[in-house]
Amino acid sequence: MNHLLTTEDLDRATLEELLADADEFSEVLNRPIPKVPALRGKTVATMFFEPSTRTKMSFDKAAKALSADTMAFSASTSSLSKGESLKDTALTVRAMGVDLMVVRHGATGAPWRLAEWLDIPIVNAGDGAHQHPTQALLDCLTIKQRFGSLDGLRIAIVGDIKHSRVARSDIFAMATLGAEVILVGPPTLLPLDTEGWPVKTTTDLDGVLETVDVVYLLRVQLERGGGSVFPSLPEYTARYGMTNERFSRLKDDAIVMHPGPMNRGVEISHEVADDHRALILQQVTNGVAARMAVLFHLLGGESNE
Amino acid sequence: MRQVMDGDDLARVTRRIAHEIVERNQGLGDVVVLGIPTRGKPFADRLAEELTSIEGRPIKAGSLDIGLYRDDLDMRPRTRLGPTIIPDDIDGRTVVLVDDVLFTGRTIRAALDALADIGRPASVQLAVVVDRGHRQLPIRADFVGKNTPTSQDERVSVRFAEIDGEDGVWIGEVEGS
Repeated sequence: MNHLLTTEDLDRATLEELLADADEFSEVLNRPIPKVPALRGKTVATMFFEPSTRTKMSFDKAAKALSADTMAFSASTSSLSKGESLKDTALTVRAMGVDLMVVRHGATGAPWRLAEWLDIPIVNAGDGAHQHPTQALLDCLTIKQRFGSLDGLRIAIVGDIKHSRVARSDIFAMATLGAEVILVGPPTLLPLDTEGWPVKTTTDLDGVLETVDVVYLLRVQLERGGGSVFPSLPEYTARYGMTNERFSRLKDDAIVMHPGPMNRGVEISHEVADDHRALILQQVTNGVAARMAVLFHLLGGESNE
Repeated sequence: MRQVMDGDDLARVTRRIAHEIVERNQGLGDVVVLGIPTRGKPFADRLAEELTSIEGRPIKAGSLDIGLYRDDLDMRPRTRLGPTIIPDDIDGRTVVLVDDVLFTGRTIRAALDALADIGRPASVQLAVVVDRGHRQLPIRADFVGKNTPTSQDERVSVRFAEIDGEDGVWIGEVEGS
């Protein structure tokens, strides 16, 4: 592995190795001194061309827990506003002495271009509506810690699949690890073409509710507001929200997940969000461990290949 | 490869070291046994088994991985991480580190760093199956199964049935050298 750009080309052995290491990093994070010297002397740059707080902080914490130094770049305060190109910006930061770049960009494929231009590992932290592979790792880690394995689990991903890089990343990682993935949402929010995806699709949440082990709720992008894609928020909640009533119909050991930030009262009720079977904060905690595993895989050890 | 210890030798050495640990520490009240993965762990488990039968109460060995503390991470292929499981609070206790082979001492240096991040033991002791010499750091073992002179480029292989399907110690030339 030279970069982490997408979950589509990760084989099962690599995924399992990353998850096993992430599990060890969870233990590190629970120590009195939650920091190890593994990446001492390395520098990780977080390059966020789109606003993000949690993902950026999570990568920052992961790098620091491995004793790497971190540098942050934010589009809003940078020379991008002076018209510098993506390539020149990246080369400039690289020239300062950076060993790995974490990139979030609104344009699909931007991290691939950076991987061509630069001679250091690139980690995709979200490109357009395309991929967000570390989110998939932390999600799979959370599920694995709960069920021991993803093999044979039924996982429903519910909501705005069409615009979700989280869904696109989760689908491939979960399927590679042996889970059955069902995409659930209104027809306007399901992708037009899922050919070649290892998934089933349905518009009927109530039809699959009682048979799934994991319900993965996606954020309703309120800024889209309904109108063209769904009639109204109450209408969305009525058909696709994790209401208390729906929660009571889940299998006894089924869990609820959400990538955050969540809209309480829209895709998830207040009570469900706070229930111990909603592992949303566990996902956040696991995000740091999963990202440590990725950084360690890309920077720990003599240069790959 | 030539065999220098068989399964019976290994069992005898384990028993002897267990007794030495009890003797040195006047009982086991404050002792925490930690094996260094991969092959320090089965040796630690076997020591714990012997200690259990000597003391008449269950003693469990923990595990201390040092993969994140190596000083040569940049010079070798990335190693897989092993488990770190600390069965007991180590503050103010005596930690017995357990490994299969003592060679350059760098593994133990890394283990001491790892321990310092986890707690502050009153003292740390070291038990190994084989001390093969060639130290690069001022480190020595408190309990040694066998002192075996070797040349730099020889390989010492301590095998445990749990991992390798057989018990014993072998020494041989590194393949290809």
